Amino acid sequence: MASTLINVPPKAKRGDIIEIKTLTSHIMETGFRRTAAGDLIPRNIITSFTCRYNGNEIFRADFFPAISANPYVSFFTIAKESGKFEFEWTGDNGFSATASASITVA
Amino acid sequence: MPKLTSTRRDLLKLAGGAAVAGAVPILTLRPLEATPSTLNTAIRNVVGEAQVQTGKVKIDIPPLVENGNTVPMTVSVTSPMTETDHVKSIHVFNEKNPLPNIGNFYIGAYAGRAQIATRIRLADSQKVVAIARMSDDSFWSASADVIVTLAACTEEVY
Repeated sequence: MASTLINVPPKAKRGDIIEIKTLTSHIMETGFRRTAAGDLIPRNIITSFTCRYNGNEIFRADFFPAISANPYVSFFTIAKESGKFEFEWTGDNGFSATASASITVA
Repeated sequence: MPKLTSTRRDLLKLAGGAAVAGAVPILTLRPLEATPSTLNTAIRNVVGEAQVQTGKVKIDIPPLVENGNTVPMTVSVTSPMTETDHVKSIHVFNEKNPLPNIGNFYIGAYAGRAQIATRIRLADSQKVVAIARMSDDSFWSASADVIVTLAACTEEVY
């Protein structure tokens, strides 16, 4: 299981625009690098990232090899109601990681 | 003197041939580089036949980076982000990496603010292009030039 780091404000006022920051540990091997012996290292990247807020998708991203190792993504959403953010990363070689965070909206 | 002229021609021919022969390996060494035409193809794959206008989009990226392996980048789009007028997606491309795509980011009115940030790899000093798709399916773009001193992607692994 890859380690992930999520930053969601624990509390917000209804209607506030909040920033969500996410970080995942992953090598993001581009598939263009070679070993000293000249062998191509196969691609191994995260290809997709999704964030759901109480079940509704609020953010999705397609990643390419040009995304740095340990992908960092930040985005915004409107705090509508208390509940849960669920994060999901999927990638090459069956890679899958999930994380979640709660928010209290007053 | 005709003899000398012909020798000089031969020499020039030889030199020209050597230059051509020398140029071929240089060209074949970098077949995977995203040329501006592959950049255009990648952009067309996203926007189709639609016209891409310049404006509304802003790329925040350092103009000079030491390490192309991790370049912080923020893309923001000027939009009221209402149900009727918002940004649907942001697409980021590059000119000279082995692949022209960097990432696609899908948002909506519920985002409140059309802004995303990530860290990218750049294999060379080049142009980065961001394109935003609006709710009315119009496309807006911005580009930024970045000078990279240490390139990403191409180094060997020991």
